[in-house]
Amino acid sequence: MHRDETDIGPEGHIHLEGITKIEGHGSVDIRIRDRKVKYAKLSITESKRFYTEAIVGKPALSLPLMTSRVCGTCSIAHLTCCAEAVENAVGYTPSDQTLLLRELSLYGMMIRDHAMHLYLFCLPDIYGKDSVLDFDDSQNDMIKKAFEVKGAGNNLSKVVGGRAIHETYAEVGKFSHIPEKDAVKKLIDELKDVREHALEFVGIFYKSTFKLERDTDFVSLLTDDYSFRGGDVVDTKGAVIPEGRYWDYVDKVVIPYSEATGYSFEGKEFMVGALARMNLNRDRMCKSTLDSVREYLGAFPSKNIFHNNLAQAIEVVHSIDRSIELLEAHDFKEETPEPVVIKAGEGVGMLEAPRGTLYYMLSVNKQGRIGYGRIIVPTQQNQITMEKAIGELVEQNIDASKERITFEIEKLIRAYDPCMSCASHFLKVKWS
Amino acid sequence: MGGKKLRVGWFSFTCCEDSTMVFIELMNDHLDEWRKLIEFRHARVLKKNNTLSDIDVAFVEGAITNDKDANYLKEIRENSKKLIAIGACAVTGMPAAQRNNFDQETKNEIQFLIKRFDQADRVRKVSEVVKVDGEIPGCPMEEPIFLSALQGCLKEFGVVNA
Repeated sequence: MHRDETDIGPEGHIHLEGITKIEGHGSVDIRIRDRKVKYAKLSITESKRFYTEAIVGKPALSLPLMTSRVCGTCSIAHLTCCAEAVENAVGYTPSDQTLLLRELSLYGMMIRDHAMHLYLFCLPDIYGKDSVLDFDDSQNDMIKKAFEVKGAGNNLSKVVGGRAIHETYAEVGKFSHIPEKDAVKKLIDELKDVREHALEFVGIFYKSTFKLERDTDFVSLLTDDYSFRGGDVVDTKGAVIPEGRYWDYVDKVVIPYSEATGYSFEGKEFMVGALARMNLNRDRMCKSTLDSVREYLGAFPSKNIFHNNLAQAIEVVHSIDRSIELLEAHDFKEETPEPVVIKAGEGVGMLEAPRGTLYYMLSVNKQGRIGYGRIIVPTQQNQITMEKAIGELVEQNIDASKERITFEIEKLIRAYDPCMSCASHFLKVKWS
Repeated sequence: MGGKKLRVGWFSFTCCEDSTMVFIELMNDHLDEWRKLIEFRHARVLKKNNTLSDIDVAFVEGAITNDKDANYLKEIRENSKKLIAIGACAVTGMPAAQRNNFDQETKNEIQFLIKRFDQADRVRKVSEVVKVDGEIPGCPMEEPIFLSALQGCLKEFGVVNA
C-alpha cells in the first residue's frame, strides 16, 4: 500500500505539544508498533502549585478564598465545595437562603463555563474553523448569540456572587451581600432572552456526527433536582455511595510523566462530567427543560464521548430554566446568619463541577486551622479514561495522515473538556 | 486608519488562568470591536495556528516555574515590542509561588517532584526573568485597568487616533 511521509506508519511516533483550546497545558505522546498503539501518554504539563501542602495551617474560615485560586474557570466550584467541607467539619448548617444563593452561583458558573468550552473551543471544530475569530460574516449572528448566552451566565454569577471569576460575596456560612431587586429583575429578562439561543446550540451539537464510542463506568452525584450539589455518588453499575465515603472507593494512580495524579474508581477507569450526569440523572432536570429537549434526550444513555458536549449544551438550558424559576419564586432578604463556631473535626464537601465530581475532605483543628486536606478534581478522575480513548482513536485511524490524526486527538481531548490547571495543583506526599 | 491592527500575543504560564477567563468574558461585550482592531498572532486558548513573531504587545499571565518556561518567556520578549504582565501570579509570583515560602520539612517532602519535573528551586514573577513594560494587578486582573492598558496600546501603535 502506498504511504506518504505524512502518514503515521506502522512503526510511528506522534508527539503533540501544547494542546490548544483547552484550559491549561497538556501534551500527548504516542508510540505505534505493528499498527498497534504501544502506548498513548497524556501528560498534564502544567507545573504543580502544591496547594494541598500550602493549605496546611491556614485559617479554615478564609480557606475558600485561597482554593478558589486553584482554577480560574471553575473557581466557584472550588470555593463552594471547600466552604461546604469546612462547614461539615465544624458541624455548621447554612441558612436556606445561603444554600439557594450557592445553587444559583453554581448555575451561573455552569452556563458561563460550558458556554466558553462549547462555543469557543468546540464550535470551531464543527464548522471546520481554527478559531471563533475566523467565522465569516454569515455566521456572525450565531457567534453573537453564543456570547450572549455566555454573558448571561457571567452576569448571573456577578449578581449572586459579586463576580464570575473568584466570587467575592460567598463565604463559609453565608453570603456577605444579597442580590438587589433591580438586578434580579434585569437578570431574569436576560436569561429569558438567551434561552432560545441556548436551545439552538443544543440542536447544533445534536447534529454533529463526531463519534467515539467506548465502554466505561460513568460516575456522578445523583441530585434530586439536577442542582449539581447534594445526593449520593452513583455509577452505571448501580453503586450508591454516600459522599462522605467516596474516598474509600477511589484509588490514586501515580502517572510518572504527568504533573497530575490519576484516579481509578473501584479499581477501574471511569468518567465523570456532563455525559455521566446526563446518563445517570437526566430525568431530574427542570420540567421546562425536559419539555424543550425531549427530542435530543433520545441520545442518552450514550457511550459516545462527543455526547459530553451535547450533554453540556443541555445543561446550559437546564441551568437557565432552573435559575429563572428560582429567581422568580424568591425574594432575597437581608439576614444575620448564626456565626460559625470553630471546633475540631473532619468534613467532606462534594459537588458536580462543570467537568465532573469535585471532592474536598478537610480536617480542622481546635484553633480553626487546617490540619490536612484531600482534594480530588474531575480531570484527575478522567485522566486514565482519556488516555485509553486516545489510544483507541489512533488505532481506529491508523491509516490517516499525521496531521489528520493530530487534529482528531485534539478534538477528542476537547470533547472531554479537561482542566489542566485544576488537575495539576494537588498532590499530597504524605497524609498525616 | 487603513485597517492597521494591533498585533497581540496572549500567553499563560503557571497559574489558574483567571485573567484569561476575564479576557474571554470581556469578549462578550468587545468581540466585534476587537475583531476590527486586533490581530491575535498567538493565543493558544483561542486557536491552533499561532505565530511567535512581530508581536506589538504580549500579555503574559502566570508565574515562571522552570527553565523551559523562562526560555520561552525570553523568546516571547524578543519577538514583542511591549510586554505586559497580567494578574497576581505574573506580577507578584503569588499564589503560584507559594512553595517558595514552605518550611524546610515541606520543601524536602516535595523535592523529588521538583526534580522529576525539572522545576527551578524558586518560582519567579515575570519581571524577574524579562523586562516588563507594564503590569496589570489583581487576582484576577482588574478589568478596567486591562481595558485602559489595551486602549493605550491601540493608540501607541497607531491603530486608533491618539
